[in-house]
Amino acid sequence: MSNARQFCTFYLDRLLFGMESQKIQEVVTYRELRPVPLAPAVVSGLMNLRGQVVVALELRRQLELPERSADLTPVCLVVRAAGGTVCLLADEVGNVVEVEDESFEALSETLSARLRSVILGVHKLDLQLMHVLDTDQVCKIEAIGQSS
Amino acid sequence: MNDSDDIVKEFLVESHENLDRLDRELITLEKEPNDREVLASIFRTIHTIKGTSGFLAFDKLGAVAHAGESLLGRLRDGQLALDREITSALLATVDAVRQMLAGIEATGVEGERDDSALISRLTRLQKIPEAAAKSEVVVAQETVPEPVSKSAPEAAALPASPGDTSIGDILMRCAGVTPAEILLAVKSQKEGDPRHMGEILVEQGAVRPADVVDALRVQQAARGQSASDSTIRLDVGLLDHLMNLVGELVLVRNQVLQFTNRIEESGLATTIQRLNRITSELQEGVMKTRMQPIGNLWSKLPRTVRDLALGCGKRVRVEMEGEETELDKTLIEAIKDPLTHLVRNSVDHGIERPEVREAAGKDPEGRLALRAFHEGGQVNIEISDDGAGLDQERIRDMAVQKRLISAEAAGRMSDREIVNLVFLPGFSTAETVTSVSGRGVGMDVVKNHIEKIGGTVDLQSKLGQGVMVRMKIPLTLAIIPALIVSSAGERYAVPQVNLLELVGLDGEQARNGIEFIHGAPVYRLRGRLLPLVDLASALQTTAAQAATAKLHGPGVNSERVNIVVLEADGRRFGLVVDEINDTEEIVVKPLNQQLKNISVYAGATIMGDGKVALILDVLGLAQRANIPPDIRERLPDAGVQAVTGAAVKQKLVLFTGGAGARMAVPLQLLRRLENIPGAEVERSGNQWVTQYRGQILPLIHVSQALTGHGVEDQWNLSSGEPSGKDAPGLPNTAMLPVLVLEHDHQSFGLVVAQILDIVESTLEPQSPATRAGVLHCSVIEGRVTELLDVPALLGAGEMCESAAAHAAGS
Repeated sequence: MSNARQFCTFYLDRLLFGMESQKIQEVVTYRELRPVPLAPAVVSGLMNLRGQVVVALELRRQLELPERSADLTPVCLVVRAAGGTVCLLADEVGNVVEVEDESFEALSETLSARLRSVILGVHKLDLQLMHVLDTDQVCKIEAIGQSS
Repeated sequence: MNDSDDIVKEFLVESHENLDRLDRELITLEKEPNDREVLASIFRTIHTIKGTSGFLAFDKLGAVAHAGESLLGRLRDGQLALDREITSALLATVDAVRQMLAGIEATGVEGERDDSALISRLTRLQKIPEAAAKSEVVVAQETVPEPVSKSAPEAAALPASPGDTSIGDILMRCAGVTPAEILLAVKSQKEGDPRHMGEILVEQGAVRPADVVDALRVQQAARGQSASDSTIRLDVGLLDHLMNLVGELVLVRNQVLQFTNRIEESGLATTIQRLNRITSELQEGVMKTRMQPIGNLWSKLPRTVRDLALGCGKRVRVEMEGEETELDKTLIEAIKDPLTHLVRNSVDHGIERPEVREAAGKDPEGRLALRAFHEGGQVNIEISDDGAGLDQERIRDMAVQKRLISAEAAGRMSDREIVNLVFLPGFSTAETVTSVSGRGVGMDVVKNHIEKIGGTVDLQSKLGQGVMVRMKIPLTLAIIPALIVSSAGERYAVPQVNLLELVGLDGEQARNGIEFIHGAPVYRLRGRLLPLVDLASALQTTAAQAATAKLHGPGVNSERVNIVVLEADGRRFGLVVDEINDTEEIVVKPLNQQLKNISVYAGATIMGDGKVALILDVLGLAQRANIPPDIRERLPDAGVQAVTGAAVKQKLVLFTGGAGARMAVPLQLLRRLENIPGAEVERSGNQWVTQYRGQILPLIHVSQALTGHGVEDQWNLSSGEPSGKDAPGLPNTAMLPVLVLEHDHQSFGLVVAQILDIVESTLEPQSPATRAGVLHCSVIEGRVTELLDVPALLGAGEMCESAAAHAAGS
């Protein structure tokens, strides 16, 4: 781990989250999604990203947070993950922050094993804690698949 | 990446191409050992590899290439004649080089290898047999001069072939240099003159320096036109990206077109028209960049065939036609394995050993022909051999033995249907398992692969005359014609290859046309039951409940039912959708890797309005809905003829038993329909009989046999008249309708309540039998009908008799 790292931050249910900025390709405005029947609940739908069909995942569901109220329009973080380009839906985009390794703290064991695999830990920022997400893990669609 | 990495990469790509060509050329050379052009080309290729590996300090590679080159040099100089041993050694060299290149590609260095055995083999082969050596060298120099001078006279008449333009040729054509002068120059070059041809000729006074400069320029230009210089290598990723952009452009174009329809402005309209045209052309052009000639794939086959044929002591000649036929790169890759498999099959099982062939009066050398051509928007690929062909009888026996089809069905199949049984899973006729093929997985996998890319495969064979397999595959996968349908407010694309027909039910039909078997909806399509799958319920969309209600509640406000009749891998079903929109050419976009386990989608596409639509995978959908594969559809021309016992179209006699229950027996068991007066029914022991055509015909009452009720009751029931005080149960006055049936050379009369009709129907077992003596229940003519199990009925009759006999005896 290098000393200073850049994170792109965003909000979900008033909590602050961060992902390594180099993994984020772009942030685009929300557009209509094509739902995918039979897909796991975390899959919000498919999005036309300049001719490319990209799957959009609801971060709130992925992180087991309460559902977003209908009057809030999410933003789309386009992320390059191991399994291909994925679009993650968040409440609001923050900004780019630079953090030092010293402010990092691992998660306590009290969180569920699944959440601990997605959230690497927190950075103690001045105003708020920033949850650091594992990009590849957060872009994984749980293999619920076909079973009805 | 630094420069030297780039050079290595370039070298690897180029060498791989060259090696593939080498394989091909060596095989050609083995057949035509005197083809100097091919020999020269091989020599050049190996020489290039040697030179570049020296430059890049791949010493081991260089050493192998050098040994190969020396051997080739002897061949080129006519000091050695090519034989099978030398060809094998040269092919081994190609393999070694290929392995080393693979190693370099993986690790960047040559690694530890020992090629000394190969090198010494190559060196040993270079040794010219002592006696022949001297004279041959002389002969070679006199009668077979250098390639340059040999081709000289023709060169004057013909334009020099690109890439093969030698300066000597050009000087002869343009500057009046005589072949003799060239020969002299070549000779002095051979004797060690290090100078270029031009310099020597100038010194000899045969040509002016200016002419040489001109000739060099001509040479440059000629080489510039050659294929290798007019092409560039591209990353496929870049092409895919271009393809995406063009797809996007097409969508924007469509949107713009929609806008212009609302604006009255002639200038804009013309501009848009041009945009329209250019976009279409651009799209076509980009599509073309992905097309590759099938020859690229075939080029590897002669080598495979040669090695295989040598391995099993056969002689096989490969013929190709239509190598230039183009198809999409992804398809070329998709058909690679099936094609190789078929070719291996032909060599391993099809073509006989030379002595067998001679005994059969055939050319000892077998022929394997590959043919490709475009037809009706598809690419046809035929692989045929003149080998032993398929033995229909054996296939028939094996299919029955392996319980792939019933013996009865097998007896009715045509020869062509029989040979296509080899595509059934679990079928293999190879008696011995060889290293090549015959593991029992084969043709079904081939068929699977081809069908996966929307193609079809068919086999024809005549015993003793060979086999021909024909594959039909689409030109491209990237753009497919599809039917757009809507369900639950969303659009879906159904690939046109799976589409059989569209059925729309209106009004009365919509309310009553759909029937149910244990809650599963079916539709009677021309007398056959078509299982229905409601798209919304299959996908469990929120509107599913409403849709299910529409199907399930007869007459519940369903104004119109749209059925899309689909077929995939022999599974046929009707997909019920809300709306059938249009057919369109759609650009297939892959789904995220993680969504691929949802088997009902084949991908996604972007519609004209920029919205995403899902492409349905018809096979996945059929599997999800538990539509069973229907063996009839696996076979060509089997539409009319029945094939299996599982679902057959056959003629049936319909009748009612007691209590109005509808029943049927196969017509083929029926001998006659008779009305027998009740008075003629007699009793023999516990068995009712009648005298019929001079014989005693046992009578079985259908209701009695099925329910085991008392005989008397049943007779009464059937006659519909109370028999009252008549002799026990004998309906004296009534006429009894009797089906005279024959089973197992035994005739008997089946007494029924009423004979209804003779119908031809597809017998699809819809529900299992509810009682003994019944095979299963089907829906025939819109009514639930029991198909009787005649042998079981007979057995029941016999049991009655024996019970009676027993009772009598006691």
